[in-house]
Amino acid sequence: MAYMTDRKRANGLGSAHSGAHHHWQIIVSSVVLLVLVPLFVFTFGRVYGEPFEVALIYMSRPFPAVVAGLTILVGFYHFAIGARSAVEDYLGGWTRKLVLIGVNFLCLALAGYGLFAIARLALLPLPPM
Amino acid sequence: MADVNRGNRPLSPFMFGQYYRPQWTSMTSIANRITGLSLIVAAFLVVWYLAGLSVGGRSFEVANGVITSWFGDIVMTLSVYALWYHTLAGVRHLIWDTGRMLRVDQAETAGKVIVAAAAVLTVITVIVC
Repeated sequence: MAYMTDRKRANGLGSAHSGAHHHWQIIVSSVVLLVLVPLFVFTFGRVYGEPFEVALIYMSRPFPAVVAGLTILVGFYHFAIGARSAVEDYLGGWTRKLVLIGVNFLCLALAGYGLFAIARLALLPLPPM
Repeated sequence: MADVNRGNRPLSPFMFGQYYRPQWTSMTSIANRITGLSLIVAAFLVVWYLAGLSVGGRSFEVANGVITSWFGDIVMTLSVYALWYHTLAGVRHLIWDTGRMLRVDQAETAGKVIVAAAAVLTVITVIVC
């Protein structure tokens, strides 16, 4: 008992008998996003709206590409858990189940599409100028 | 029993409207959830843009046209505020989780700081980007 962490001690004691894991996951991902979000805002934010070639060359560079990829990965993970807690607060029964499936589907689809786009941007040879 | 000392106890936030007086603590809390959930719109636009950029041609023109339209500008500017607000509110949660700043007056002050600081960061972002 003396060596148990506070999180372990709280595990399973809530009315739902679970949830501490999700809480911990959202905290860990929020710390990661605290680093990624400013980097993403001031890399992606500077380049969108620029002409095609400018944006293409910029987003093909390693740093903006890695920042965008990681932000998408961790961001949608964070959103999926956060949206889940909101859905569980306000919806019940079948509506809850269907909306949760929809939220996870949306997050997975957008994350998959986003990661594919970044991989393609970063790995495809640039068109001749 | 039912009418024994109703006292000056707090009411449930679900009694919004005529019974519930808005407070900085509850309002900044619900705003954290609203900003987090609403960021899915900007996330969708960003993934759309990156997908268009990776394909080029007409796909880029459409995605770039949407995200830089007047509608896109409004959504992205509001989303920048939502992103900074949610980030700072997340920092407040991380501080709370260490057991600090939990007194009501401290939490209220932190909430006011978050609302103002997010506005300042939004202006900086719009100027820099």
